[in-house]
Amino acid sequence: MNVPSDLKYTESHEWVKLGKNNETATIGLTDFAQEELTDIVYLDLPKVGDEIEAGTECAVVESVKAASDIYAPLSGKVTEVNQAVLDDPAIVNEDAFGKGWLFKIKLADPVELDELLSDSDYEEILSEKESQDEDEEEEK
Amino acid sequence: MDYIPNTDADLSAMLREIGVAGFDELVAAVPASLRKFKMELPSAMSEPELQRELGAMAARNQPLDALTSFLGAGAYEHFIPSAIDHLVSRGELYTAYTPYQAEASQGTLQLLYEYQSLICRLTGMDISNASLYDGGSAVGESAYLALNAHSKRSRIVVSGALHPEYRQVLKTYTAGMGTEIVELPVRDGVTDLDALAAAVNENTAAVLLQSPNFFGCIEPMQRAGELIKPKGAWFVAVVNPLSLGTLRPPGEYGADFAVGEGQPLGIPVSYGGPYLGFLTSTRQLVHKISGRIVGRSVDTEGREAFCLTLQAREQHIRREKAASNICSNQSLMALRAAIFLMLLGKRGMREMAELNLRRSHQAAEAISRVPGFALKFPRAPFFNEFVVTCPAPAQTICDRLERDGILAGLPLGRFCAGMERDLLVCVTETKSTADIERLAEALGRAASGEVQP
Amino acid sequence: MRESLIFDLSSPGRRACSLPAFDAPAKPLTELVPQDCLRQHDADLPEVSEIDVVRHVTRLSQINFSVDTHFYPLGSCTMKYNPKINDRIASLPGFANIHPYQPASTTQGALAAFELLEQTLCAITGMDAFTLQPAAGAHGELTGLLLIRAYHTARGNPRRKVIVPDSAHGTNPSSAHLAGYHVVTVPSNNRGEVDLEKFRAVLDDEVAAVMLTNPSTHGVFETNILEIAAMAHKAGALLYYDGANLNALVGLARPGDMGFDVVHLNVHKTFSTPHGGGGPGAGPVGVKKALEPFLPVPRLKIVEREALSIERKNADASRFTLHAPRLAWDYDRPQTIGKMRSFYGSTGVLIRALTYILAHGDEGMRRVSEVAIINANYIKAKLKDLYDDPFPQACMHEIVFSARLQKKQGSSARDIAKRLLDFGFHAPTIYFPMTVPEALMIEPTETESRETLDRFIAAMRQIAEEITRNAETLHNAPFTMPVTRVDEVKAARELDVNFVKRDA
Repeated sequence: MNVPSDLKYTESHEWVKLGKNNETATIGLTDFAQEELTDIVYLDLPKVGDEIEAGTECAVVESVKAASDIYAPLSGKVTEVNQAVLDDPAIVNEDAFGKGWLFKIKLADPVELDELLSDSDYEEILSEKESQDEDEEEEK
Repeated sequence: MDYIPNTDADLSAMLREIGVAGFDELVAAVPASLRKFKMELPSAMSEPELQRELGAMAARNQPLDALTSFLGAGAYEHFIPSAIDHLVSRGELYTAYTPYQAEASQGTLQLLYEYQSLICRLTGMDISNASLYDGGSAVGESAYLALNAHSKRSRIVVSGALHPEYRQVLKTYTAGMGTEIVELPVRDGVTDLDALAAAVNENTAAVLLQSPNFFGCIEPMQRAGELIKPKGAWFVAVVNPLSLGTLRPPGEYGADFAVGEGQPLGIPVSYGGPYLGFLTSTRQLVHKISGRIVGRSVDTEGREAFCLTLQAREQHIRREKAASNICSNQSLMALRAAIFLMLLGKRGMREMAELNLRRSHQAAEAISRVPGFALKFPRAPFFNEFVVTCPAPAQTICDRLERDGILAGLPLGRFCAGMERDLLVCVTETKSTADIERLAEALGRAASGEVQP
Repeated sequence: MRESLIFDLSSPGRRACSLPAFDAPAKPLTELVPQDCLRQHDADLPEVSEIDVVRHVTRLSQINFSVDTHFYPLGSCTMKYNPKINDRIASLPGFANIHPYQPASTTQGALAAFELLEQTLCAITGMDAFTLQPAAGAHGELTGLLLIRAYHTARGNPRRKVIVPDSAHGTNPSSAHLAGYHVVTVPSNNRGEVDLEKFRAVLDDEVAAVMLTNPSTHGVFETNILEIAAMAHKAGALLYYDGANLNALVGLARPGDMGFDVVHLNVHKTFSTPHGGGGPGAGPVGVKKALEPFLPVPRLKIVEREALSIERKNADASRFTLHAPRLAWDYDRPQTIGKMRSFYGSTGVLIRALTYILAHGDEGMRRVSEVAIINANYIKAKLKDLYDDPFPQACMHEIVFSARLQKKQGSSARDIAKRLLDFGFHAPTIYFPMTVPEALMIEPTETESRETLDRFIAAMRQIAEEITRNAETLHNAPFTMPVTRVDEVKAARELDVNFVKRDA
């Protein structure tokens, strides 16, 4: 599974790319998340100017058979929304860490950065998840 | 009688194959205490007995074909083309399940897609779902959607001229949501727009106006929309779809949503149901609407094919996060409406709507000439219903006309305090000049000697 | 060959209906209503002849599955046969052509039918009172939860939470949310029943209601139901019964006797009214005495009882007809929750349900659940060697298999469902309940013969064998339908839900 080392992560499978001086951040869904969801058909993203709060639902992503909430990794004010993914959600499936970014925020509280996961922490979560899934498969 | 093919011999053989001694072994998990009860249903009837007994029950009602009715108020007596009953009686349509298995349901799916498209053309809106329960619940549903989409807003502004039962549904639906419902006063038969302007604020999720409204009057929808839009609230137009054959459609006056009762489109009055709730929106709001939606796509061979789409909005996927809990809809009623619109067609819809408009105006004129009777809202334009002020309590007048087999209309006292002398009269294309003359004469007779202060 | 869209059949000037001419002097419309109220351009509806419409709809009907043509082993949906007498009765002008605001003096037959249906539903479920107003099961749920909210509010605290099992229908949590409640999910144990200890742990004095269906959506009876009811009631919570699975219980046991305070029924499941391609249904709601004051308006009331009026005891319908009391609608109910829809209910659907119930009597009702349960266990016995059967005990009216063994071989529950269409069987319910991986939920109902079940079993066995031989081929099933699998991703991404002419 692709987990770029220059990004921060959350347990709920969002990624964060920090801007200059950690004042801004770009937020997206991880490759793992897009693969679990399968073909994404719709995104409901916050609007420019919205205040979002770390750990709360701030967006929704839908595939044909599932809907999933996106949780704000950090608190802040939305400064930019990726119109390209709203027009063509498939971009998230194709390039989750690049062109498939979702929105940008101006950080409200840099202390929250400590709560984010490093790439290695996140990889660990993914590998635990995989082994759990296998166990479940065996159990029944 | 019952409808079970398996005989006792079949069942015994099946129980042996299952490997149990008897049926009781299969239901051993049901506590014995729960099995000791008596239902005491009426004893089972054969089909001839059902026909006789239930036929007798039906015969205790006086159907509209035996009366001359001027009742409307949300349920309308209209011409229903014969082909509708014929087609919806096909078992392949009325005994089919919800079309989740697209490959085995292309008939239902295509017809619902056509229904959606026909309703969009009629309303001038971009998107229609595949139906809701009825007009009243469609109003409640639109409030759920507005409150869900505007999660920080909690006010719904509603016209006092919206059908009183719809207003009651709105209140009931939102009882658990902490919603503030502001009801607008009615002036001269239409919603007071100054009050509307004052009531709509940044906390308003939606404004609901009905046109033609409960009193039959056509509302100034364009101006209402202009007052609502700047506040970011949704403008929900509640409309009679038949009226749109001749009246300006909600898509042309800026409604975000148009909802309503689809019963006038080929559905029998049937003592209040089953009816058809329709819900339409602008393209922009397609992800905010509830209910099933059929989409046109292709199959793996590239052939045109239909399927349910945007299902991730719905309760079976989103559970407690869904904007609505709707599951069953009124598919067969939507089919009736679709066939109605196909049969009436472009010109038929205009003609039928115009006929309603002309007949009701003809009747309004005739009744106005009867001494003691007057139009309550002479300045407000109307479609096929209007309010008449009577020289005596409207209920008394109606009781008298009932003896002659005429249902004169709906006495409004029950719904509106202070309107005991007011009668809501509906005249559709089912009425002739002779019927209207008969009504006017009967009203005159009923009122004579009854003119009191 | 594909059937064209109705819009493509349109030809200018063609028509299917004629209307009476207006036989009085016709003024210009603008003298009747102002110009700006009028439509400027006709709605772009098709212009077709009657034969075009009749052939179009008839042809489309022919590419549908339906109960009249195919077996639907559709779990949780009770796709039983729809008796034709029901339609005949509902179509009588005395029921189909009466206006909801007609005076009660002209609708005594309809009121009597409603009254009798309320009484028979009380008898079948063990409840004290019914409202016939809700238009569908989910609508009934919402009604029930708003009743529960009103009940608790009247006692000073609406409470905050509703408990639902993890196997619940999606409508349960959704309805609870709309009624203003926070949803708490309680897991099932390995027998497919509510885990009592986990239930105890989430039950407190902020729980307004516990929503259950019994049998559960795992198709098994909640053996601890009496204990669950006692626990819930002790905590001051009410017990809500989702009637989706009532076909397992009619005549066998009653939710009212189990301790349920509120129930909704799905007459389009248990009482044989047709599904109509997705509706209309009806979702009557029954309550115990304490909740009766909150029921939606109007309620039926007896305004005059004749000397020989009916007692429910051993009454037969003919006596009811002859000696019925005079009935009227009562709107004066100060504690009512209000209204859930316009008018009184889906009369046409309710009359069908009444006709069905009157055909059965006590013995007939008992036989419905008995045969439904035997039919389901027969399928279970004949397939459990090939399909994983997650719950060891006998099932009730439906059986939930897991296709996890087939999944390991490369075919999913969806593949099996699609392949079944080729054998002339509708797919079972799949991927529900969500607690069972690759769920295949099969409900045969009582109206299918042993021969039909045998053919279905043979098809399921053949499919299992096909998967063992070559799981790949099933990915393209079905092979014999008018279309192959539909591209749902394209449908959602390139949304086309309203036909717009391509050249326009």
